[in-house]
Amino acid sequence: MALDASVPLTTGTRTPERVREPATHAVRASKVNRSFDGRGVLEEVSLSIGNGEFVALLGRSGSGKSTLLRILAGLDSEYAGQVDVPERVAVAFQDARLLPWARILPNVTLGLRGQRAHKLALELLAEVGLAGKEKAWPKTLSGGEAQRAALARALAREPELLLMDEPFGALDALTRIKMHRLLRRLFLRHRPAVLLVTHDVEEAILLADRILVLTDGRLSLDLPIDLPAEGRRQAATFRQLRAQLLTELGVEDDDH
Amino acid sequence: MPIDLSSLRDLDRLAAPADEALRVGVDDRLATPHRARRRPRGLGFLVDKALGPLLLLGVWFTASGLGWVDSTTLPSPGQTWSAAHILIANGQLQEHLLISLQRAAVGLVIGVTVGVLLALLSGLSRVGEVLLDSNLQMLRSMPILALVPLAIVWFGIGEEIKVVLVALGVMFPIYLNTHTAIRSVDAKYIDLAATSGLGRIGLIRRVILPGALPGFFTGLRFSVAIAWLVLVVSEQINASSGIGYLMTQARSIGQTDVIVVGLIVYALLGLISDTLVRFFERRALTWRSTLQSR
Repeated sequence: MALDASVPLTTGTRTPERVREPATHAVRASKVNRSFDGRGVLEEVSLSIGNGEFVALLGRSGSGKSTLLRILAGLDSEYAGQVDVPERVAVAFQDARLLPWARILPNVTLGLRGQRAHKLALELLAEVGLAGKEKAWPKTLSGGEAQRAALARALAREPELLLMDEPFGALDALTRIKMHRLLRRLFLRHRPAVLLVTHDVEEAILLADRILVLTDGRLSLDLPIDLPAEGRRQAATFRQLRAQLLTELGVEDDDH
Repeated sequence: MPIDLSSLRDLDRLAAPADEALRVGVDDRLATPHRARRRPRGLGFLVDKALGPLLLLGVWFTASGLGWVDSTTLPSPGQTWSAAHILIANGQLQEHLLISLQRAAVGLVIGVTVGVLLALLSGLSRVGEVLLDSNLQMLRSMPILALVPLAIVWFGIGEEIKVVLVALGVMFPIYLNTHTAIRSVDAKYIDLAATSGLGRIGLIRRVILPGALPGFFTGLRFSVAIAWLVLVVSEQINASSGIGYLMTQARSIGQTDVIVVGLIVYALLGLISDTLVRFFERRALTWRSTLQSR
């Protein structure tokens, strides 16, 4: 994707309101509208995410879920409506998006300063299993390693809100399972509010406290997941939830 | 008036290498970043590289030795060697070489600096782009040597004109390649910078400049080739020193051996400077070659 560098270098006309005082909610968005060339992509979307709540956002391709994430991340300023996000927001993208010309440690501390950030970055790298890779070039990492480094980078910001845009979409199935466990563990330790955008129904059920479904630019389902943190796949309601969500997404569940 | 087609074709052939050097194109390595072909190492590598030139030297020896070419047309390797020997012994070669090197270096430094500054101005700001880019894109289609008459009027025939011409010739490939590289830094990294709390300065320092560095080096390699090309011409037109002057002087008294010595010196200068740039390029861009950094 080539860019016109002058566009991102100018500040947008609108950015989400950064709320400084501690609130009960990490995200409060009401009546968000966004259209591209007159075509409505998001219509009257309202959502809130509590502090430390893990929310998964499901939707088919083109449902507007990435657009919503970009708005919350402050990357898209051409929307209408009210959006409040906390001061510290971190984003994990589908590609790990490590700067190829910087080694791993400076990638993790990107935009951060001081000894504390440096120390935290080292700790986080160890936590995601990348101790000793501080000086490696991103090109030498496997897909899973790169995504773990990206997770460390996101957490190094000590975010109150962590936005994830299909972060495991490009990984193989085995690596994805490991990443799910790692993410769950990191989430429980650092407790940011999480919005995980995904099209993987099982991933959403395994990880989230609540699942939102976006259909044609509108939130069509808001479903609390009342399952234990561990062993969700074995839970009696797992298949039932899966079927319900697949139906909501317009896919026939043939796994009966 | 009848046109002698054969001489035209000769001209064409002579112009070809110069044209090649002047073409500000795309670095062929960009097209194939991950070369799968294994390059031979060590002795095999040396043989691969040296075999062609050695054969050429053999042909030269044979052709002169058997009298196929007249020594006033092309001197034998022996004659060339002794001419070089004399020129080195009386210090002439070193003296003129030093002057040529100085002109090339000063012109290169000025041209690279100006080229990079212009690329930054037009790559990073809308105003800069409007004011600079179309002008520079227009000027670059002009062969730089066409400026020689005007440059003589402006700068006379002293040192300035040589440095100015080299700097001008160098500036364009640096500007074009660096500007393009800045403009084509992937938008996803710009998004990353925005979400990582990098300010404008941080964005430029951590993302745009390192991202544009490969393009800069592509430009630099073109620039170095052009620096020598422009220098040769400007030293042959109006100079009282430098390798080009040495060759022009030799021509006026029919010393083809000195001319050939000059040619070889130019070739070596080109080769050495290109090797140097490649060396610095590899050092600066280690992140691109996965095997080295493992």
